[in-house]
Amino acid sequence: MTDESDDNITMRVTRYRPDKNDPPVPVDYGVPLRKEWTVLDGLNHIKAEQDESLAFRWSCRMGICGSCGMNVDGEPRLTCATFLSDYAPGPVRVEPLANFPVVKDLVVDINDFMEKLPRVKPWIIRDDDVTEIDGEYLQTPEELDAYKQFSMCINCMLCYAACPVYGLDPDFMGPAAIALAERYDLDSRDHGARERLDVLIEHEGVWGCTFVGECTRVCPKHVDPAGAIQRYKVKAAKESVMAFLLPRAAGR
Amino acid sequence: MADGEVVADHDVLMIGGGLAGLRAAVAIAETSAHLDVAVMSKVYPMRSHSVSAEGGAAGAIADDDDTLDEHAYDTVSGSDWLGDQDAIEAFVAEAPRELLQLEHWGCPWSRQPDGRIAVRAFGGMKKMRTWFAADKTGFHMLHALFQTTLKYREVTRYDEWFVTRLLVDDGRVQGVVAIELMTGRIQAVTAKAVVLATGGCGKVFPFTTNANINTGDGMALALRAGAPLKDMEFVQYHPTGLPFTGILITEAARAEGGWLVNADGYRYLQDYDLGTPSPTPVLRSMELGPRDRLSQAFVHEAEKGRTTASPYGEVVHLDLRHLGEKLIDSKLPFVRELCLKYERIDPVHELIPVRPVIHYMMGGVHTDIDGAAGLDGLYAAGETACVSINGANRLGSNSLPECLVFGARSGRAAAEYAGSAPPTTAAVQAQVDDEVRRLRALLDRPAGDDDGVARIREELQSTMEEAAGIYRTGPSMEKGADAVQALRERADAVGIRDTSRPFNTELVAALELANLVDIGECILLSGLAREESRGAHQRTDFPARDDEHFLAHHLVRRADDGSPRIEQLPVTITRWPPGERVYGR
Amino acid sequence: MSDTRYHPPVRLFWWTTKRSYFLFVMRELSSLFVAWLVLFLILLVRAVSRGEAAYESFWDWADTPWVVAINLLAFAFLVLHTVTWFNLTPQAMDLRLRGRRLPASAIIGAQYGGLLVVSAAIAWLVLR
Repeated sequence: MTDESDDNITMRVTRYRPDKNDPPVPVDYGVPLRKEWTVLDGLNHIKAEQDESLAFRWSCRMGICGSCGMNVDGEPRLTCATFLSDYAPGPVRVEPLANFPVVKDLVVDINDFMEKLPRVKPWIIRDDDVTEIDGEYLQTPEELDAYKQFSMCINCMLCYAACPVYGLDPDFMGPAAIALAERYDLDSRDHGARERLDVLIEHEGVWGCTFVGECTRVCPKHVDPAGAIQRYKVKAAKESVMAFLLPRAAGR
Repeated sequence: MADGEVVADHDVLMIGGGLAGLRAAVAIAETSAHLDVAVMSKVYPMRSHSVSAEGGAAGAIADDDDTLDEHAYDTVSGSDWLGDQDAIEAFVAEAPRELLQLEHWGCPWSRQPDGRIAVRAFGGMKKMRTWFAADKTGFHMLHALFQTTLKYREVTRYDEWFVTRLLVDDGRVQGVVAIELMTGRIQAVTAKAVVLATGGCGKVFPFTTNANINTGDGMALALRAGAPLKDMEFVQYHPTGLPFTGILITEAARAEGGWLVNADGYRYLQDYDLGTPSPTPVLRSMELGPRDRLSQAFVHEAEKGRTTASPYGEVVHLDLRHLGEKLIDSKLPFVRELCLKYERIDPVHELIPVRPVIHYMMGGVHTDIDGAAGLDGLYAAGETACVSINGANRLGSNSLPECLVFGARSGRAAAEYAGSAPPTTAAVQAQVDDEVRRLRALLDRPAGDDDGVARIREELQSTMEEAAGIYRTGPSMEKGADAVQALRERADAVGIRDTSRPFNTELVAALELANLVDIGECILLSGLAREESRGAHQRTDFPARDDEHFLAHHLVRRADDGSPRIEQLPVTITRWPPGERVYGR
Repeated sequence: MSDTRYHPPVRLFWWTTKRSYFLFVMRELSSLFVAWLVLFLILLVRAVSRGEAAYESFWDWADTPWVVAINLLAFAFLVLHTVTWFNLTPQAMDLRLRGRRLPASAIIGAQYGGLLVVSAAIAWLVLR
């Protein structure tokens, strides 16, 4: 089964069975090594041909739904966009995303992120109260460009898996959530920066980050959450200085 | 394990968290704040397949040179006159407002230099009326809408719950039984009204742009609950999918000026009554013809031996090279990213190999113009539903606004119904217990060594491709229907190796397979009954459109003995009597 | 229901598993050496203020092998701190020139330029 000929590669897949009390164990599976096969194709081959009980999430297989993040040879990756041939001759290690509780095999529990997401208020906040829609809010291509990069996040959780701060302190808001706050702050249609800063200026907000920079490095969509967090720190610092110098103006 | 508990009761429960389901939820939260609303989905909402839509969303903004009537006519003729014209008129009238609403909710639509929203051409459309967010339109729409729903804390979400049955008593749908995937518990959630918004069923075929989750769950649930499915024979092939993966190369690539060329570098569409080639795109012509006609042209081109062989079937090529790097990077960056990643070619310098690929189900749960599905308390919207605005062939960029328009309409209608519906009846608990017994029996059934879900699914998919591809015949579909019956018996007998409850993907796959079998059967039976060729349903044994006998929808319904029955329903014609579909002349 | 999830433990030496984690922890560690250099300067200033004898004995102490070793180590960590921070700053700054984002190399280059100018100025003050 683990024949490592030219046409095969061994996938060392971490299995965890929640009905047993044992910690996760790596299990070797041999899969065909084809140039167009991704790690996800390999997992699907295992599931179809060798063990139908293998559990993992996947859906779009084109890098846009964000379901199939796993640690491949220790690096958080979208398995649908990671090719087996890049790991030849193998074996290639496939593990659940780091820093999350494991539900089964390669499936992790990301509910912590889903609960954090609304706290940064990732929606358009307006000063005016628009009830009747009468044409679009104008936004020039340059204004669109200002936040576009931060709107590309697919919530794949690779940045949380790469972030040692999140691993050590699960209360940390984390890269994707803060990047999303920055996305709305930079949107010319939005007036909610003040409200979001109130949330992110707290200890679990931006100050938890020690700028490891791994989140940006592993991001498959080039969102640059590390950049977003540092810019938020600048905003928060400015705010603190202003509050010190002009106490009456603060909190407006 | 504590199975069979009724864990919550809501006024309206959405099944599916894509564009249609979320739009329905927000519509209710905004207009009927006193109602208790919930969204249940087998995936987190942002994983829904709406996320993969690329090209754009159409809505005629009447103050330009476009009119609602022109959008309606394009849609009617695109549907080969099978679309219901009252529904289409409502659709084109409400689409612009819905798209503007998404703009106000933060969707990063691509813009013109003056700050107004940009438009692009699209197949089968006579005017440029398609809004877009580069070529990740569905992704941006879904995320903007999902993030907006987070504002409504009163909307309860059931993320990663797989619905296995609709609860029906007293002639009313009263909720669902579902598996909470994280724990594996089988639980019931009751509701006065249920809105099905579970997307399409592309996984019934082997080669599809659809995601793994598109297994026709909502359609199968409705069918088993006694609601009819409509026009299931109309399955859309998109002309440009990448070989092997089936990943979609958006129609926007052609709208921005891409050419389809055969093995000789010749723009072959000119040979198929689709117009004459010109260097820049011409609306409703050549590469901007409708998808059914373009996919059919590919088959003829292959028969003439003018396509190129590849390890994954015959291909033609999409040529974007003349568009230049700047345009490709600004308007089609995802196309470039996908080609580089999955084909290892750069469309700036190389041709993209493409072939027709299963993309969209025009049919679905039969609904009226407000999403009502023919059973009290049951509604449907989006690809799951068949209103029908798409008829025999959907135009590109109509499906995203369809999700919004009919998501909102069905949400509002469900809210109105729920406001006056009687409370849940006691009898549903017996149904819940029944369903728990059925699922436990499935979990306890030992798996044989010689058969499994994956094998049966693969055979079903290849059966469907052979029986009901771009061109079909009576005998091919009959043979397919027999094969599907045999596969149904095997699917019914399949066992589960995975004995643990949390995240039992093997169990889910077995239940999805049962849904796919039901859908496959409906596609073939509807196709057999339609002895004509119209839109995406092309029969070589009945090559002409036959308005005398078939200007009608097909409804498939389960008889009491479980066998499917087909009946006809007249098409609603308001202002556009059936005519010839003319493209490129 | 009991929690059947597996909670991976955080290992003591997690920061040795990846080069970037290691560099990050080293960068954090460098703050100790920065503190040391600050202390060293304060001691120097105090010695200067106490007259020639104190100044001489400070330098005798500073010449002892272990102080030299610590200072060499501190210098290495300071270089590491400077280089890694300079490399990271472009991410924190969204500087735009005529609507286009300034490239990272320009920001990093400017920092090294600034460092050179300040160093030269100090060198001129000290060595003139």
